[in-house]
Amino acid sequence: MGKYFHTPDGSFEALHDISFGAAAGEFVAIVGASGCGKSTLLRIIAGLESLSSGAVLVDQRAIAGPDRDRAMVFQDYSLYPWLTVLGNIRFSQRLRANGRDRRGADAGGAAERSLLLLELMGLQRVRDAYPNELSGGMRQRVAIARALLNQPELLLMDEPFGALDAQTREVMHDLILHIVAFERRTIVFVTHDVEEAVYLADRVIVLAPGPGHVDSIWATELPPAAERTQEMKRAPEFLVIERRILDRIRATSGVQKDLDALHRLTRGSTAA
Amino acid sequence: MWTIRGPLDRRLYGAIAVGSFALWLLVWWAVAALQIVDPLFLPGPGAVLRRFVTWWRDGDLLQDARISVFRVMAGFLASAALALPLGLAIGAYRPVRAFFEPLLEFSRYLPAVAFVPVVLLWAGIGEASKITVIWIGTFFQMVLMLSEDVARVPVPQVDAARTLGATGPEVVALVLLRSALPAMFDTLRITLGWAWTYLVVAEMVAADSGLGYAILKAQRFLQTDRIFVGIIVIGLIGLATDQALRWCHRRLFPWAGVRAT
Repeated sequence: MGKYFHTPDGSFEALHDISFGAAAGEFVAIVGASGCGKSTLLRIIAGLESLSSGAVLVDQRAIAGPDRDRAMVFQDYSLYPWLTVLGNIRFSQRLRANGRDRRGADAGGAAERSLLLLELMGLQRVRDAYPNELSGGMRQRVAIARALLNQPELLLMDEPFGALDAQTREVMHDLILHIVAFERRTIVFVTHDVEEAVYLADRVIVLAPGPGHVDSIWATELPPAAERTQEMKRAPEFLVIERRILDRIRATSGVQKDLDALHRLTRGSTAA
Repeated sequence: MWTIRGPLDRRLYGAIAVGSFALWLLVWWAVAALQIVDPLFLPGPGAVLRRFVTWWRDGDLLQDARISVFRVMAGFLASAALALPLGLAIGAYRPVRAFFEPLLEFSRYLPAVAFVPVVLLWAGIGEASKITVIWIGTFFQMVLMLSEDVARVPVPQVDAARTLGATGPEVVALVLLRSALPAMFDTLRITLGWAWTYLVVAEMVAADSGLGYAILKAQRFLQTDRIFVGIIVIGLIGLATDQALRWCHRRLFPWAGVRAT
């Protein structure tokens, strides 16, 4: 099972000639400077935006719009306020695509799985709470559980922890690794946080802007998900990869020009 | 207390509100009692209250109120019955919006009053013509506001459903409608208030009963106290329905806030 895509996109060329693949069960992170088009790329994979040329292939079949095989987790505001936590997680069961009209054993299976996900995400205590009563971290856990209920082939995550504070983010990282070890799903994860990308992923793809294109691809070469720990974020190998990726992003983002200008400013004022 | 958007103790808020109401009542009473304005133009609260009592006891205030409520509710519900599905469609699908928006944006400025003679010709002198006037006054604003409520559903809610396998109609029914429902309910509450302001216009169309009719008749005989009673009764009914709908909103949608208007 694999996924490939090639994509130029739009009359304003947002993405140019992107081509890469992900193997089954692989965790691929996409990072890059602002405006490089990583969210656009993810949305194209999800089928929420269209391609100008090329195709997204899942298992060698071209996709045609969004579907349940590519579930997506958004940064915020995606939960349904009129449903409880459990209601949100089970939402997909109301859709015909997921066998809304099915009866018997299959339907029971989904109910069981939703309770399992509730436990996996640590949401048992809030199963009957409404989203507006939850913290940002808990809401994202619900969003992830909701996306996982129907066992999608691909889990897409668009900066899911971007709105969370650093401590919550650390907890979420280990939660994701826990899920990856448990569920073995193919994941494509967009983030601007390089440390997060290296910690979670098997491979990190660096996208550069102007127009968006693949700059480099890095293998993280860390132990399997189940064995990763927060201490590894300080290991030399980890820091090396992280530093190199950050340098690539800086080189492609135009931040260097801003820094040079800033240096000239401050040097000028001390001279005066 | 005077910091912008600062909090205010609930009891103090209540005290100011009650005090303000009492103040205006006092000003009204004083202006009338001191005859600063001709009592013909401005009857005092006492005269208005007396007229209310006699109208209720000897006249047919209750019947007039009942028929007026019927007309307003009928016109309002007829508006809602068409505006809800249309507003949903316009908010959900851009081509539908493109098709209807120019027409609707233009129509909302048409003065309902100007339609009275035309409605008389079209719908006759029965209840239908009065209900039609109220419909004209409310429908266009309602559709546009409802479509805005639907358009304001956060995009991630829609996108999430699509990536879970929802079809277009499923997104409309299970996400857009459910998500926009609190706002749409509020829109209905607000437009019901406006519907009441069209009552007098509606009852210009060959009416022989109703609060608006009574006010119009009182105008002809310069019975300003009767006019005041009519206006105040309409205002009170409107206030009562507004509060009732706010209460319903809180019970139906505990997770959503009520709009400030």
